[in-house]
Amino acid sequence: MTELICIGCPKGCHLQVDEENNYEVSGASCEKGAAYGKIELTDPRRVVTSTVRVKGASPARCSVKTNAAVPKGDIFAVMKALDAVELSSPVKIGDIVIANVCGTGADVVATRNI
Amino acid sequence: MIYDVIVIGGGPAGLAAALEAKNEGAEKVLILERDRELGGILNQCIHNGFGLHHFKEELTGPEYAGRFIEMVKNTDIEVSLDTMVLEVTKEKQVHCVSKTEGYRILEAKAIVLAMGCRERTRGAISIPGTRPAGVLTAGTAQRYVNMEGYMVGKRIVILGSGDIGLIMARRMTLEGAKVLACIELMPYSGGLTRNIVQCLHDYDIPLYLSHTIVDIKGDKRVEQVVAARVDENRRPIPGTEMTFDCDTLLLSVGLIPENELTKNAGIEIDKRTKGAVVYENMQTETEGIFACGNVVHVHDLVDFVTAESQRAGRAAARCALAGGVDGGKTITMKNGSAVTYTVPQKIRTGNVEKLCELFFRVNKVMQKAEIEVLDGENVIAHFKREHLAPGEMEKIALPRMLLDKAAGSELVVSVREVE
Repeated sequence: MTELICIGCPKGCHLQVDEENNYEVSGASCEKGAAYGKIELTDPRRVVTSTVRVKGASPARCSVKTNAAVPKGDIFAVMKALDAVELSSPVKIGDIVIANVCGTGADVVATRNI
Repeated sequence: MIYDVIVIGGGPAGLAAALEAKNEGAEKVLILERDRELGGILNQCIHNGFGLHHFKEELTGPEYAGRFIEMVKNTDIEVSLDTMVLEVTKEKQVHCVSKTEGYRILEAKAIVLAMGCRERTRGAISIPGTRPAGVLTAGTAQRYVNMEGYMVGKRIVILGSGDIGLIMARRMTLEGAKVLACIELMPYSGGLTRNIVQCLHDYDIPLYLSHTIVDIKGDKRVEQVVAARVDENRRPIPGTEMTFDCDTLLLSVGLIPENELTKNAGIEIDKRTKGAVVYENMQTETEGIFACGNVVHVHDLVDFVTAESQRAGRAAARCALAGGVDGGKTITMKNGSAVTYTVPQKIRTGNVEKLCELFFRVNKVMQKAEIEVLDGENVIAHFKREHLAPGEMEKIALPRMLLDKAAGSELVVSVREVE
């Protein structure tokens, strides 16, 4: 049995996950929590948010995110991939900045208009 | 020309209030914003987790702001950027100044105060030591890193475990810095539990509860900070000192509603929230002047700021179009045991449609708590909660029927732990 705190929403439910019983989750108050409990112990993932350079614009950075959660082990590889990016305006929310970043299947997309 | 509604501040509170005023029928609506763009603090909050209540999906700060900015652009709401408001009067005049427009005195039928809050600084908490470069508030560092593109340090200690501090611990780590510790004076974190998990635990950043910083060392730049454990009176315990070799100290030690305009206008401030005293529709004690968002009380979630600000915008439009409201009986809300404040502080029962939402915070972490609303000796409503914490704003909804039936002019909200 592993105790977790769900990060699905600000409520922060205290979950108990039973590894020996097909990762059955108790303590969740919604379906998201039940899914999180299982995936957190088998294949933990996070959405990565960061910024990339923008040529000659103000502000100097454009905020971005992965449009799906990526494996925790790939977070720093995603950050490194972002170092090489330089956008030029105009940028629209949702524009793909890197497709299938580091082979995770997730795209890095812009989260602000510039 | 007289505006129906002037909104001071173009952050999430101001945007929602202006839009709702417009939707409610106000014709001439103006937003005054001192920054170069709308969106307020959301623009630098590039992490996700916003909008789960309002949009039913998880957005980053700039995306959440972007949706409201887009909606404002699709209306004829006027926006003045780079504009600093200097004074608001009870006669509903707004004095403001900008490079392009110069000094202006604008008039409105209703005003919404949505100035937000600012961070407490080193001065506010009097940390001893030298005064080197490298001591910043977490929000300042967040703006440097996320918007201007400057890294603030390589080896970092964070004082305070509020949400901004926790978010910045992760952010600095992702950008290649080493975050040595997050130090919290209280025996519990001031931030949301999910942020402890995904910002500290994910990156093995230690959280020292019941600790504070007792010395900052360094000549030109921070070289070391010294932390120590504190006793139950929050006094440092000699002999428990730990020294961290670091170049940067980030402070996440609380937010203060930014109410200079409110105070100068002679509007009553609640000492507990450090924001204006407000009624159920977010009107202040001055008729026609409303307040919403972090300038009233510091929120944890922008979604709740939006909801509150919509209430303020709606009421401001009604006030501008129809004049003052006849609210009927006024009930003053008082905080009883374990409750630190309530918003609204006053409820005019005649203005409550079906339910009046009441927001409050507790002063300690509690499991299995019972929230009671007392009319004199009588408990007129009670609510159960599995978990309450000072870092998490709580809300209850009081039905109008109950408020109408209240015998006294005061209701007390108190919380106790049940076995």
